[in-house]
Parts: sequence; C-alpha cells; structure tokens
Amino acid sequence: MTTVDFCSMLNAQGFNFATGVPCSIFKDIILYLSSHSDIPYIPATREDEALGIATGAYLGGKKPVVFMQNSGLGSVINPLSSLNMLYRIPILLLISWRGYRGKDAPEHLIMGKVTTKLLKDIGVPVQVITKDNPEAAILASIRQMEERQIPAAAVLKAGIIQ
Amino acid sequence: MKRFEAIKVIIQSLSGSELVVSSTGMISRELFTISDVPRNFYMLGSMGLASSIGLGLALSLPEKQIVVLEGDGSILMNMGSMATIGHFAPPNLVHIVLDNEAHDSTGGQATVSNTVNLGEVAHAAGYRLTRVVESKEELRKVIIKPFQQGPAFVSVKVEKGSIERIGRVVHSPQEIKNRFQKSTIGI
Repeated sequence: MTTVDFCSMLNAQGFNFATGVPCSIFKDIILYLSSHSDIPYIPATREDEALGIATGAYLGGKKPVVFMQNSGLGSVINPLSSLNMLYRIPILLLISWRGYRGKDAPEHLIMGKVTTKLLKDIGVPVQVITKDNPEAAILASIRQMEERQIPAAAVLKAGIIQ
Repeated sequence: MKRFEAIKVIIQSLSGSELVVSSTGMISRELFTISDVPRNFYMLGSMGLASSIGLGLALSLPEKQIVVLEGDGSILMNMGSMATIGHFAPPNLVHIVLDNEAHDSTGGQATVSNTVNLGEVAHAAGYRLTRVVESKEELRKVIIKPFQQGPAFVSVKVEKGSIERIGRVVHSPQEIKNRFQKSTIGI
C-alpha cells in the first residue's frame, strides 16, 4: 500500500489528530501527515508524552492515532496500563516492528522478540499489518477500540507501506 | 502557604468554566476535597503526563480554557512537555506547578526542584507568561490574567504536607472520564 493511500484510509476512518515519535519504517507517513492538514501531527519528545497528548485530544473530542517505534513501547507501559486501559480511552497505536525475527541492529533484538507479547500481556489487542491486509488490520483495530473502549495496536514491519 | 490553600485560591479565582487536569496523588485528592465537579479530570496513575493531557485538550478545544495542576516531581518527570507546549503555544493553557520540592504523596522524599528555576525553563521553552509566586495575594492576582496571553506557567511555592482527613477520589476512572467528556464535548 502507498503512503498516500494509507493516510487517506486513516482520514476516511475519521482519524483527525496524530502525535508520536518517528521510526524510519513510517518516515514517509509522518512526512506526509506533517505537510497535509487533514490529520495534524504533533511531534512529541517521548512516547509517553505522545500518549498523554493523544489522551487529551481524545477527551477533547478528537480521534487520535499515536506513532512509535517498538523501542518506545517500554516508555508507554505505564500510561497504557494506568491511563488508557484504566479509564478506557481508545487510541490507535501504530507501532513499528524493529527486530522482527531477530534480523536487525542489536538494540532492537530483545524488544523485537517481545513486542506483541508485551502489548497482549497488558490487555492491548494487537493486529500485525502485512502486505495483503493493511486496511483490514486497521479496521479490526478500530472495531476493538470502539467495542471495548480501549487502545488497540497495529504493528508495522518494514517495507509494507511505501 | 499550604498546597491545599493554594489549590483553594486557584479554584476560587477561576471563572468556573475551565477544564482542570489534576495530577496523581495528593493534588487530585485535595482538588476533589475542595471542589468536586465534572470539569475536573483527576489523574490516578500515569504520573508526569498532566501537562501533556492539558496540551492535547488545549489544542482540541481552542474555545475552552484549560488549567493543569501538577507538582514539581511530576513536571520534572516530563520536562520535554514544556518544549512541546512552548512550541505549539496554545493561548488557552495555564500550567500551574505546586512546588514543595518533594514527592509529598510518597512520604516527602526530596526532588531536585530547589535548584531548578522552573519559571525560567518555561520562559526559555516559549511560554508567553511565566510567574513564580509565594503568597496567596500574588497567586490570586496572577490567576486572573493568564488566559488572555497564554500559554502561561505559574510556579507556586508551597509547604510540604496536606490537611487532616483529606478525601480520596470516590469516582471510578470510567466515571471520571465519562462525566469529564460530558462537560467538554457533551457526549
């Protein structure tokens, strides 16, 4: 799927607020959002700050999406568990999957191994985006967010959105 | 001045339509005890994120006025937030730090805020108005003004300790969210 199609799909699904910390895997998505006004992108200094900003936006009536590399997952376990899951604040998390199948720079390998498990362990539903299913994966995440009023994660490997 | 008194002065000085985000621990408990209204978003966990939640609200609801109440321990956890707030500079945000130089809710352990000029940090980060106040009179005066020229940062020097028989937020997290949202966007 192309970057433009992916961003249009998010827009069509009603997302109208984005924040996060970048990853090279979705660098074009963030560049695109930053230069188009449909989904304003707020660059956060850390992933937990991004989750706080997105929570405020949600409380203010927006439908937010948060971008982060899976390395940032360690920084959001506390807000996910003691804010978003606790208060039932649905936010779409788009998380890049560095260290997938043990092939990456050394700093990504340990987190790469446990990324989906960590999310599931704290109760956040996870979809893995593949070449064939980007739209279906996002729709499944949205369904879970809306039905259960909780954050949902869609995990993105390299080379799928271009 | 006690933190409890400072929160009381702040609440009495507001117009009554502001949305208030209060940080984890004693600050939320004291606010709850002083004035429990649906416009208060009491944080129970996620320490450090009060100003970030405030920023998200301020950007999403430009016609509303947003007040963040947090402690020195909390802002020191998330000073990056001051950079983001200064950059986007929402005029409708007032960020108040109740600075007792301690983690009071966990037993009064020292923070490092006694050597940090948080007002200067906020000014350097791009807040349009910054004040450090020590008396109730100064606090009363400064709370009236900021909304015309925010984002504003107010550091209030307070004593350690709370009052006797301080309440605990009785609402469930979902109730806090639901009634807050009803008062912000009517759903």
